[in-house]
Amino acid sequence: MASEEGGKLEFHPMDQFIVKPLFGEAGDPIHFYTITNVTFWMALAIGAISLLLVVGTRGRAIIPTRAQSMAELAYGFVYKMVEDVTGKDGLKYFPYIFTLFLFIIFSNFLGLIPMSFTTTSHIAVTAIMAFAVFFTVTIIGFVKNGAGFLSLFWVSSAPLALRPILAIIEVISYFVRPVSHSIRLAGNMMAGHAVLKVFAGFAQVGAVAPIAILGVVAIYGLEVLVSAIQAYVFTILTCVYLKDALHPHH
Amino acid sequence: MATEATDAAASSPGMPQLDFSTFPNQIFWLVVTLVVIYLILSKVALPRIASVLAERSGTITNDLAAAEELKLKAVEAEEAYNKALADARAEAQKIVAEAKAEIQSELDVATAKADAEIAAKAAESEKAIAEIRENAMQSVTEVANETAEALVGTLLPQAAGADVKAAVAARLKG
Repeated sequence: MASEEGGKLEFHPMDQFIVKPLFGEAGDPIHFYTITNVTFWMALAIGAISLLLVVGTRGRAIIPTRAQSMAELAYGFVYKMVEDVTGKDGLKYFPYIFTLFLFIIFSNFLGLIPMSFTTTSHIAVTAIMAFAVFFTVTIIGFVKNGAGFLSLFWVSSAPLALRPILAIIEVISYFVRPVSHSIRLAGNMMAGHAVLKVFAGFAQVGAVAPIAILGVVAIYGLEVLVSAIQAYVFTILTCVYLKDALHPHH
Repeated sequence: MATEATDAAASSPGMPQLDFSTFPNQIFWLVVTLVVIYLILSKVALPRIASVLAERSGTITNDLAAAEELKLKAVEAEEAYNKALADARAEAQKIVAEAKAEIQSELDVATAKADAEIAAKAAESEKAIAEIRENAMQSVTEVANETAEALVGTLLPQAAGADVKAAVAARLKG
C-alpha cells in the first residue's frame, strides 16, 4: 500500500477502503448489483454470524459448549441491554437491534484481518443503518404516542421561559442524531485502519521500522478494543433512541 | 485503460468513502446482508437460544425444588428414625420391666408354695416324731413296768403290783 519511489515515501492509507468489483477489471463500472469486495466481506460476516449462532448452538445443550456459550453470552448481553434501557415493551424490537449489533461487531472484527475490507468504515453503510434507526424510531414514537411524542422536545421540568429555547435545541439534537450515530462508527473504523496503514508504511524505513512495527501492534490492540466498543455504542444508542420513542416523557 | 483507472483511483486525493458512485452498490448489499442476518436470527438462532435458556432456567429451578424437597424428606426421615428409635427403646424397657415383674411374681408364688409345703412337711414330721417319741416313752414305761414286775414277782412274790409301778415311774423320772 505504500511504496518507496526515488527515495520518496508514498503512502496510500486510504486505498484499503476502495470499493472494487470482485471479478473482472478494476475499472469496470460498479452497478448496484455488482459483486464487489463489499459483497464478499458482508457475506463473510453472515457466514461468521451463522457459524456462531446457528452452527454453534446446534447441540441445544443444557450445559453449553464453548461456541454455544459465546452465542448465549452475545444474546444475553444485547437482550439485557435492550431490557435495561428500553424496558419490557422494547423487547419486541430485540431481533432488529441484535441484527445491527451482530453485523457491526462482526464487520469490525473481520475488518481487522490484514488485507481485509472493513464494510463498517464506509459512511454509506453506517448512514443507512443510522437513518433506518432514526426513521423507525420516529415512526414508532408517533404511532405509539401520537402527538404526545412531541413532548420529547418540550422539557416540562425546565422553567417555562426556557422551554422554547430548549425545544429548539432538542429538535436540532434530535435531527443530528443519525449524523453523529453514523459518523461515529465509520469515522472510528476508518481512522484506526488508516493509522494502522500509516504505521505499516513507516515500517519500510529501516531506522524506524522497529518503532513502526511496535506502533502497528499497539494500534492493532487499540483497534480490537474500538471495534467492540463502537459496536456496543451503536447498539446502546439505538436502544436509547428507542426508549425515547416508547417513553417520550422526561 | 485499466491501469489508468487504477492510477486515477489510487492517486485521487479524496476518500473512497465519499465516492458516491459506489453508494448504490454498498447500500444494496447492506440491505441484503441485514435482511439475511435478520432472517437467520429470527427464524433459527433466536428461538433456539431462547428455548435453550428457558429450558436451562427451568431445569435449574426444578433441580433446586427437587433438592429442597429431598432435603425436607431427609429431615423427616431422620425425625421418624429418631422417633422409632425412642419408641423401640421405651418398648424394650417396658418389656424388660414386665418380664421382670412377671418372673418376680411367679418366683414369689413358687417361693410361697414351697414355703407352705416345707412348713406342712415340717409340721407333719414334727407330729410324727412326737407320736414316735410318745409311743417310745409309753413302750419304755411298759417294758420297764413289765420287767420290774417280772423281776419283783420272781424275787419277792408277795410284793404288790401297784407299789412296783409307782417305784418304776419314780425311777424313770429320776
